Amino acid sequence: MNAGRLIPIIALLLALAFGAPAQAQTDDATLTALVNALPLGNFKEREVAATALAATGDPRAVPVLQTLTDGELYVIEASGQVVFVETSGAGVLATDPVTASSLGEFAKGDVEKVKVNNGLRRALRTLIGQMTLLSENRGTRLAAALSVLRDASPDTLELLDSALAAEADPEIKTVMDVARAAIVLKTDASSAEKAAAAQRIAEWGGREAITILTGALAEAPADLKPAIEAAIDSLERTRAVWSVLQNVWYGISLGSVLLLAAIGLAITFGVMGVINMAHGEMVMLGAYTTFVVQEVIRTSAPHLFDVSLVIALPLAFLVDGAVGVAIERSIIRFLYGRPLDTLLATWGLSLILQQAYRSIFGAREVGVELPQWMLGSWQVTDAIQIPINGMFVMALTVLITIAVSYVLFLSRWGRQVRAVVQNRVMAGAVGINTEKVDRYTFGLGCGIAGIAGSAFTMIGSTGPTAGQLYIVDTFLVVVFGGAASLLGTIASAFTISQAQSTMEFFLSGSMAKVLTLLAIVAILMMRPQGLFALKVRK
Amino acid sequence: MIINTRFFNRSELLGFIALAVLLFVILPLSLDIFRLNLVAKYLTYAFVAIGLVLCWGYGGILSLGQGVFFGLGGYCMAMYLKLEASSVANTKIQSTPGIPDFMDWNQLTQLPFFWKPFHSLPLTLLAIFLVPTIFAFIIGAAMFKRRVGGVYFAIITQAIAAIMTILIIGQQGYTGGINGITDLRTLHGWDIRTDQAKFILYFVEVVLLFACIVAAQFIRLTKLGRILVAMREQEDRVRFSGYSVANFKIFAFCAAAVFAAIGGALFTLEVGFMSPSFVGIVPSIEMVIYTAVGGRMSIFGAVWGSLLVNFAKTSLSESFPQLWLFGLGGLFIAVVLAFPNGLSGIWADHVQPRIDRLLASRKSKTGNGWSSNSVADGAPAE
Repeated sequence: MNAGRLIPIIALLLALAFGAPAQAQTDDATLTALVNALPLGNFKEREVAATALAATGDPRAVPVLQTLTDGELYVIEASGQVVFVETSGAGVLATDPVTASSLGEFAKGDVEKVKVNNGLRRALRTLIGQMTLLSENRGTRLAAALSVLRDASPDTLELLDSALAAEADPEIKTVMDVARAAIVLKTDASSAEKAAAAQRIAEWGGREAITILTGALAEAPADLKPAIEAAIDSLERTRAVWSVLQNVWYGISLGSVLLLAAIGLAITFGVMGVINMAHGEMVMLGAYTTFVVQEVIRTSAPHLFDVSLVIALPLAFLVDGAVGVAIERSIIRFLYGRPLDTLLATWGLSLILQQAYRSIFGAREVGVELPQWMLGSWQVTDAIQIPINGMFVMALTVLITIAVSYVLFLSRWGRQVRAVVQNRVMAGAVGINTEKVDRYTFGLGCGIAGIAGSAFTMIGSTGPTAGQLYIVDTFLVVVFGGAASLLGTIASAFTISQAQSTMEFFLSGSMAKVLTLLAIVAILMMRPQGLFALKVRK
Repeated sequence: MIINTRFFNRSELLGFIALAVLLFVILPLSLDIFRLNLVAKYLTYAFVAIGLVLCWGYGGILSLGQGVFFGLGGYCMAMYLKLEASSVANTKIQSTPGIPDFMDWNQLTQLPFFWKPFHSLPLTLLAIFLVPTIFAFIIGAAMFKRRVGGVYFAIITQAIAAIMTILIIGQQGYTGGINGITDLRTLHGWDIRTDQAKFILYFVEVVLLFACIVAAQFIRLTKLGRILVAMREQEDRVRFSGYSVANFKIFAFCAAAVFAAIGGALFTLEVGFMSPSFVGIVPSIEMVIYTAVGGRMSIFGAVWGSLLVNFAKTSLSESFPQLWLFGLGGLFIAVVLAFPNGLSGIWADHVQPRIDRLLASRKSKTGNGWSSNSVADGAPAE
């Protein structure tokens, strides 16, 4: 290395040492000179050259140093120019590391690898860490801090300390602090210091905490082990609590979907005693109505797009309600008192509806597009986030349940319905138009199925046979809850979904489903009237 | 109700002979082996339909889970055939030779214990009868003893069908999963894939079918059958007369299960595989429609119903796949609303009287009420 080259390097080193702010952007010529100094001399001199390059603080220096660390940096023998290369056929394509311009193709013999040894590599890593940890870009700093946390190499401790002192951003500061604790655990610091470090990591409680502590546990001296073990224990407890909470939450959201699908059935089957096997298809009718409404709004009134799903909800109710009344008029009213025949006829109806959906909308699943305000989620903690569309469906379930309870138990019409359920002949004798009550009760049940279908489009897509998936589940919910009891339906929807989500925690999905269904069947065998039975004289 | 002491009355005897001629003579002579094999497949459903006549038509117990028993019979047979097809010589490329291929794919290294009895043909045949019977007995005893009936029973059996399908699909290593048990070759060393074997199997099946018809007729005509009808109409009165209603119901349900299992076992032999798609909710409820179309009170109607509905299904879904579901759906509604007694009801109401009049005009007739046969037990009511 000649003196002429050394002068600028020393100047730069001095500048860095005396705290002059490093230039963020060095001019190309200076940088090229510094880069080209890298292959010269022995490893010690290369380290000095690399330090000088790093001292520029130029972001372009980072990939050069990284490539050098990986042993992939080349120099063109003829010109002494340092280049990035890329194998291409028999030769290599060279790129200028500073200007990123292509230098054309070279034969493999024309370029030579810049050699590194372990000592140089260590120095290079520190330099890179320094450049990124002290970078002005917040994202680069955070990524560098996280990478230091993962490696937790004791070599970086000094560097990290200086970065920590300079850091202002609280989030990065936390990561750096934890990274420092992780490094301290690996050094030969005093036990008290290490215990404090373990404590610090446990308090932080991030995703890597348990891994870091478990790693440290293996190497820790005997007197430190209890402290680390305690820290791991407390972390695992916290994590278990969160996962149980998450599981409960999953069960609740599953339950609200189940309840929404079952509540219409609780009216038609539970209250009226009509087995409507086409209930799942009525749900799908609501879903397809929503799909059509959104398509119409998209083409003819785009400014309403944000509220298209809200507009679709009442329309789905009306369409389903009207179809429900028509079904009652044309099929079901001839079959009162013949529940098994009703079951078969409505199954036939469900086949016809399925094929109709397939002929009209195609066999592929269709989905609605969620408006902007329904996307995204609410971040509860680091580990848990709740999607907004799920919350919307849940709120809708609560609203519909309250509305149905009001209609059935507090309105005049609801009194008539209950009177017909308890004693049809007597209800007719006191002047209730039982046929009309039947018609509109069935319509109401189907209409709510429509709302359920409309809501389901917000959390999933809709296919012609999707309705069949609901039929067993929803019937079991209603039967299990005790037909004719709305409270029973609510309780059973959440019991079943919680049981299922709890078992899914331990078993595969299909076994959880099998065991849940088996448990329901077994309980129904022991208690045929369901959870909450309404006492009616027969 | 007219007590008929003869095993078959005149019109039933005619129906019996007509069916025998059709199945033993006309179809084998007129159809090629491919079509005959299709008929054999349809007839396996007739076994289920006959069982449903007993349990639904006479007993008033609608089971929407007959596919489960059909599947149990079919899987028992398929397990035997599969073990025979997976001899050590046939499966030497597997990491564990001698076990079925799907087990090898699922990293099983040992035959599960419940597969072991199926190495033996007598035990397999026993299992085809016993497994569904025991299963039906457990379900029936649990439900009927607690007086669960009607719609609740239907929904619970449907849930059981759903459970069974999920279980079979989920436990891939033990059951072959959604693909079922395939690649079946020989029955006790006899290749079942040849045309000749299919021809022989068809006749075996028809003989078994007639045996089942006779057995069902026997159940129907004994006191047992009459109690079943009485129970369907007025359960409480039968109970107050000192009969154990639950036991009769359990018997009818078990008998239906055994018939379905025989059908399932024959299905496996005829078609050469068994899969969960014949077990679940949809096939189970389709089996009910065969009985409903034939007439839920008529044993012969069940056979005709299975043949006609399946024939319609094959030809419609070959030429107009879109129409089949509309047709099937319409059939469900029409049978329930317009023809509650199905084909046999139409026959008894419109065709039979004319034949009777025709015969009566030829020779003087001693009227003894024979003509009211298949609907003599009254319209069904739940």
